[in-house]
Amino acid sequence: MDSGTTAWMLTASALVFFMTPGLAFFYGGLVRAKNLVNTIMYSFISICVVSIVWVLWGYSLAFGEGNNFVGDFSMVGLNGIALFAAEGDAYPPLVDVIFQMMFAIITPALITGALVERFKFSTYLIFLVIWSTVIYSPVTHWVWGGGWISDMGALDFAGGTVIHINAGIAAVAAAMLVGKRRNPGLQPNNVPYVVLGAAILWLGWFGFNAGSALAADSYAVNAFLVTNVAAATAGLTWGLISMIKTGKMGAVGVATGAVAGLVAITPAAGAVDAMGALAIGFGAGLICFFAVELIHKTGMDDALDVFAVHGIGGIWGCLATGIFTVSALAGVDGLLGGSAKQLGIQAISAFGTLAYSGIATFIILFILDKIPGLGLRESEADEDQGLDLATHGEQGSVNDGAN
Amino acid sequence: MLKIEAIFRPERVSAVAESLLAAGVTGFHYQNVTGQGQQKGVEVVTGRGGQTTTRSASSKTLLVTVISNDKKDAVVEAIVSASRTGEIGDGKIFVTEISDTIRVRTGEAGESAI
Repeated sequence: MDSGTTAWMLTASALVFFMTPGLAFFYGGLVRAKNLVNTIMYSFISICVVSIVWVLWGYSLAFGEGNNFVGDFSMVGLNGIALFAAEGDAYPPLVDVIFQMMFAIITPALITGALVERFKFSTYLIFLVIWSTVIYSPVTHWVWGGGWISDMGALDFAGGTVIHINAGIAAVAAAMLVGKRRNPGLQPNNVPYVVLGAAILWLGWFGFNAGSALAADSYAVNAFLVTNVAAATAGLTWGLISMIKTGKMGAVGVATGAVAGLVAITPAAGAVDAMGALAIGFGAGLICFFAVELIHKTGMDDALDVFAVHGIGGIWGCLATGIFTVSALAGVDGLLGGSAKQLGIQAISAFGTLAYSGIATFIILFILDKIPGLGLRESEADEDQGLDLATHGEQGSVNDGAN
Repeated sequence: MLKIEAIFRPERVSAVAESLLAAGVTGFHYQNVTGQGQQKGVEVVTGRGGQTTTRSASSKTLLVTVISNDKKDAVVEAIVSASRTGEIGDGKIFVTEISDTIRVRTGEAGESAI
């Protein structure tokens, strides 16, 4: 066992863990003050629910041998996974369970941006269990567990398809089925929370991408660098477009742009250099900015722009990986290296994920909506009052002097 | 007895408070309010930075104090002199007759309770 590798992987896992509370603040700041606690809880409770699902059967379904589409139940309850590293292993096998658990936690939390301010909390708890079992674990198996996407040779270093395209398209299904908010707000309730959340996500993403090297090596170092370059470029690009369009550079726009850059560099972090990251970040800022504008015109209420940022950003990153791949890093040439083959493979992997996750999420939510006692929406009265008090009996902050 | 409600620029609140005390006011309270008058609303950026819109969200301070009738001119002058800039958005002062004031601690009523 290599203690350096093990120490880095535990650190990276903790960084990825911290992304979910960061997301809670990112989303929490964007909604209205009466739904702040509720929005934070959507993310926070995912930590509690998915951690349990993961050790019981989620890991086994994702990483069990199984077939091309899904793992198996051979490691239910982490059965058979050795506690100690075997001779020649860089780290104990439980490191994989821990690191991957953090990805499983944040993915369904990402979806909640589409359904905030109206989705029924009790149904959400059940949705979390079903979605991570039926969608997250199989798609993870496709990409990292020996499934058809990895067989095909698609490059997805840190989870552009598994996490971002997957969550992005699930968000579309959720927004369509739950319907529009009665009175969407005009302004975020707390811009500093949005920036704080984005900063925590950015920090955590170093663990997400550099940790995906599964070693403390040159790939990890390059992934760290390109992650930062892409996020910075996308944030600046978004801010400048906004400044040209409205005369002002808002913090929410720059924070959103940075997140879009992080999404886009995720699949490419092991395959591009810093100059490729500049291009990917610029593309993410530009494409996702106009995706937000366009999707708002469709009338679909993806409240916090999950599809525009994670879906479109993820697709851009997936394709850009096929364009800017440097053969010295990935062993294959991208479009700029003269080969269109990788771009085609990337497109198929994105399409497969979009189709499966979009349709399966739609079916899950459609069924949950029909089950008596469940349903997807809180009552109109609760929505108007705000879900903090109605659902949780709490308020984000109490400003009267009563005690 | 008169109730004075004064709306003025938030950045003038310390100057107004000082000026009121100098004019013999014994107490007041104030709060931050939002709204709009001739100054109209303020432009805010919405969504993810792609649009702007105008909201009636000009920030003002609303100060309330109760005084005896003979202090009216001095108090109004105190507020005006401390808060006027001459630009649109300086605010308004409303004066109302009120019927009584009761001091909670002692129960005394009328002008001596102000």
